Amino acid sequence: MKKVEAIIKPAKLQEVRKALMALGVQGLTVTEVQGFGRQKGHTQVYRGSEFSAQLLPKVKLEVVVTDELAPKVVETIVESARTGRIGDGKIFVSALEEVVRIRTGEKGAEAL
Amino acid sequence: MQNINAGDTSFVLVSAGLVMLMTPGLALFYGGMVRAKNVLGTIMHSFFILGLISVLWVLVGYSLAFGPDVRGFIGGLQWLGLGGVGGEPNADYAATIPHLAFMIFRGMFAVITPALITGAFAERMKFRGFVIFTVLWALLVYSPVCHWVWGVGGWIRNLGVMDFAGGTVVHINSGIAALAAALVIGRRKDYGNGSLVPHNLPLTVLGAALMWFGWFGFNAGSALAANGLAANAFVVTNTAAAMAALSWSAAEALHRGKPTTLGAASGCVAGLVAITPGSGFVGPMASVVIGLIAGVACYGGVLLKSRVGYDDSLDVVGIHAVGGTTGALLTGVFASKAINPGGSNGLLFGGGASVLGIQAVAVIATIVYSFTVSLILLKLVDAVVGLRVSDEEEETGLDLSQHSEVGYAF
Repeated sequence: MKKVEAIIKPAKLQEVRKALMALGVQGLTVTEVQGFGRQKGHTQVYRGSEFSAQLLPKVKLEVVVTDELAPKVVETIVESARTGRIGDGKIFVSALEEVVRIRTGEKGAEAL
Repeated sequence: MQNINAGDTSFVLVSAGLVMLMTPGLALFYGGMVRAKNVLGTIMHSFFILGLISVLWVLVGYSLAFGPDVRGFIGGLQWLGLGGVGGEPNADYAATIPHLAFMIFRGMFAVITPALITGAFAERMKFRGFVIFTVLWALLVYSPVCHWVWGVGGWIRNLGVMDFAGGTVVHINSGIAALAAALVIGRRKDYGNGSLVPHNLPLTVLGAALMWFGWFGFNAGSALAANGLAANAFVVTNTAAAMAALSWSAAEALHRGKPTTLGAASGCVAGLVAITPGSGFVGPMASVVIGLIAGVACYGGVLLKSRVGYDDSLDVVGIHAVGGTTGALLTGVFASKAINPGGSNGLLFGGGASVLGIQAVAVIATIVYSFTVSLILLKLVDAVVGLRVSDEEEETGLDLSQHSEVGYAF
């Protein structure tokens, strides 16, 4: 099983979610985060003083899928989250040791 | 009670209600500009003052401010506990409304004035120190200055100063005390590191709007009658506020490239401050000019803060001290007896330099007295109780450290 973690632009969340659902992904977790890569922040001005917000709001998506589905999930996220401009985000894939469904106690691929 | 005029009385009482609303308005104005961890602490300053000064005023503050004169400096204690202050009008102050109505109207001014100062020490003031300082300030600075300018026998009133609704008594007074406070309490720990960003500007704009509304009571109500002078004050108040919002926005756009919402809201307040002393003495066209100048002057006043390096967190000095001074002096330029026969003619209307000179005396006296005594009181309270929260409390925020509360429990 693989965990696919994607940091994407908040505006792209709906598109990515729909594309993943169409792919057959059963569930996902979304967190609002802040961060920066090479995208520069916006400058804010308050009563004449400038503040550069170096941290930008982003959305972190976490999906856990079978090894077979993982590459397709990555490809789908890349296609639906891309705008072509700096700040589109990154995807991290890691191997997962165990998955458990809390309600039933099912483990492994059955818990996905 | 033959002399009581129903129109005048209802107008003054409603105006008192409008001025009262300015204090919670101020609470929101300031609250939105601080960081979220300090929103309640900031709002609490203004709200608690509403309680503190409302009581203090009826116990002793009113008597000290407006009571029978003692050497031109202060009122006596004859009206302690509002003894002798009842339904009958006081002919010296407002002949057609109950004395109580005048008292409560002016009481709302006594409330908002110390509340204005709180902006200077936002995000780092100990609650206990704040309470004690406020009580002492109300008794030893507000009431005396109020007596000088508005009390019968007050030495500045006797000079013939024109301060219709409190340019000196309220704005210069609080603005200069704020400077003293900022200097004594010192800069916030996070000053200069880029994290001092307003957390809720919608709240700030709402607060500014409530203050604009309340200011109609502040200025027009100061006519103490439902008449043409009140109408004039109402009109110039709105006009100056509007013009200053525009001119601050324009100044900001020229200087920084874009006008901001905070700038427009701050500009309107600057205009309201500046028109306060002259609202019953200058005409509508003059108020356009006063608003224009105030918006730019106060924008400059705010920028000055960064140059000099004192942390007047919410720009009380830049808006109230600068705005009040600008307004008081411009009143000496634009006042016209055609608007108010009880006033003088300003420089532009044949009054000569002496009228402007009297205004300047009032400004300087207020600045010197308020700064000096405020400084002493701050040092005193700091020595006895402490003014500033600890580093850890400042980091945690006032809401939790001073009040065990959280503003937004999402």
